Amino acid sequence: MAERQLMTGNEAMAEAAIRAGLRAYFGYPITPQNEVLEYMAAHLPQAGGAFLQAESEVAAINMCYGAAAAGVRAMTSSSSPGVSLKMEGISYLAGADLPCVILNAARGGPGLGNIAPAQGDYFQATKGGGHGDYRLIVLAPSTGQEAAELAGLAFDLSDRYRVPALILADGMLGQMMEPVTLPPPRDPGTLPPKPWALTGAKGREPNLIASFALEPTVLREINVKRYARYREIEAREVRWEEVATEDAEVLLIAYGTMGRIAKTVVRRGRERGVKVGLLRPITLWPFPYAPIRTLAERVKAILTVELSAGQMWEDVRLAVEGRTATPFYGELGGVVPTPSDILQEVLRYA
Amino acid sequence: MPEAETMVKVFARPTSLNEKHFTYCPGCDHGLITRLVAGAIDKLGVQERTVFIAPVGCAVFAYEWFRCDGIQASHGRAAAVATGLKRANPDLVVISYQGDGDLAAIGTAETIHAANRGEAITVIFVNNQIYGMTGGQMAPTTLPGQRATSCPEGRDVATMGHPLPVAEMIATLAAPAYVTRQSLHDPRHVAQAAKAIEKALRYQVEGKGYSLVEILATCPTGWRMPPAVAHQHVADVVTGAFPLGDLVDRG
Repeated sequence: MAERQLMTGNEAMAEAAIRAGLRAYFGYPITPQNEVLEYMAAHLPQAGGAFLQAESEVAAINMCYGAAAAGVRAMTSSSSPGVSLKMEGISYLAGADLPCVILNAARGGPGLGNIAPAQGDYFQATKGGGHGDYRLIVLAPSTGQEAAELAGLAFDLSDRYRVPALILADGMLGQMMEPVTLPPPRDPGTLPPKPWALTGAKGREPNLIASFALEPTVLREINVKRYARYREIEAREVRWEEVATEDAEVLLIAYGTMGRIAKTVVRRGRERGVKVGLLRPITLWPFPYAPIRTLAERVKAILTVELSAGQMWEDVRLAVEGRTATPFYGELGGVVPTPSDILQEVLRYA
Repeated sequence: MPEAETMVKVFARPTSLNEKHFTYCPGCDHGLITRLVAGAIDKLGVQERTVFIAPVGCAVFAYEWFRCDGIQASHGRAAAVATGLKRANPDLVVISYQGDGDLAAIGTAETIHAANRGEAITVIFVNNQIYGMTGGQMAPTTLPGQRATSCPEGRDVATMGHPLPVAEMIATLAAPAYVTRQSLHDPRHVAQAAKAIEKALRYQVEGKGYSLVEILATCPTGWRMPPAVAHQHVADVVTGAFPLGDLVDRG
């Protein structure tokens, strides 16, 4: 029984998380994600979940660590500076193989930056912003509808692989109101069991959640096993969208808010007879290297467009490996380019 | 009747404690405190509901020794981890075991806010006035004039601050159910500390809320003192700086 509602991206992600069986949310105020915190305050307790405004982002992510260890679906949300504060805790989640969903409504940076949409947190999200060898599953929605869908998917993937999942959004996606068809609520009791969870050692041996192994060969073994799961994720969970790529001569690559704007660029370009297409990564990790490599064989140029100085661009160039030209167009500081700005760039390579 | 058949076992390893060896230095009070905590778990019959949180510090392996579910927290965040566990599953009995660097330096914010919310958890605060695991650096609770590897001339309160009175600070808050400071320097005080730990755990089980048991402990290695001298130092000096007794009891 799907319901269509008008809501902001932040609300859509919050409601979708609750419907996915979220039972513990911990957050701290920071713009532009306050609506998530406020939505959880108003709605999560009614759904039988625990809501708490933490004393800091550091505390919030560690509360998630505790709740995830207890076996419930746990989530926190923040924006760039706050996500930086969570990074130690995220490394511990990864090291303890705990599922958890982290939402980053990213903003202009570095430092306090501003509250405008930006994509300068790509490296932090996809390359391991915390310490140690680990990965996060990183999902990048570009519309309110997709944000709701990916919020549910984030919990499923995180539980399945015991890998924390990060939703990389921004204030534009979070604040914009759109019609959203929400998924039906799920009963947490119907989710796959978590025999590793800390529920009290009744009728079984004690369970332990830790990321600590002093003996190097032991820690190596733990990390090797985790990397086997990462390889499985890379093989099975890459998601992307292609728009007008069949005959494209110039291929745009953009994600999230920029991916949405790039769709308009493709439409306007095509109206003018420009053979432009778009590949929009939906999972930033695992990254869609293979489809980009395939398209690199037949396009004249792959233009990466980001709200950064060129972070995803590095992954695009790793995928292309010199098969075609790889120009870049980016804006900094929370400035969002218009479709016309980008189309001008496309015309340079068409 | 043969003598052996008349013997009665009056002292045994707590069932909540397994048979692995402690990793603590000889003479360190951590082992004793671990045993007292296990004894309290046994007495209240909550072994199958307990989650034991180990900190970063000398007690980083503490989860290894309990026959209970265990979790290792990042440095200073045990109170936040405890909050997450307890909020997610209020049926759990959550014990956070932390040293002075962990609880009173890097984890001060989490400590105070968990106490102020009255989280239904039991915090065992081991105050030995030094960073033991990392080799004897100055702790937030290091006494004025006390030497440590990072204050080789002794703690100068003019530049390094005063020992942080954790129990007194927590006692100013409205929510905590039980706040006490205990010592282990002689058998009478060990028995009192055992009772305090049991009360703190019982208050959690009875739903009375947050408890903190601060325990003045020795670090013979870090203090460069034989264990007996270290316990005498606690009796003569440390208890003067950190007075013993219950500060809050809202049971």
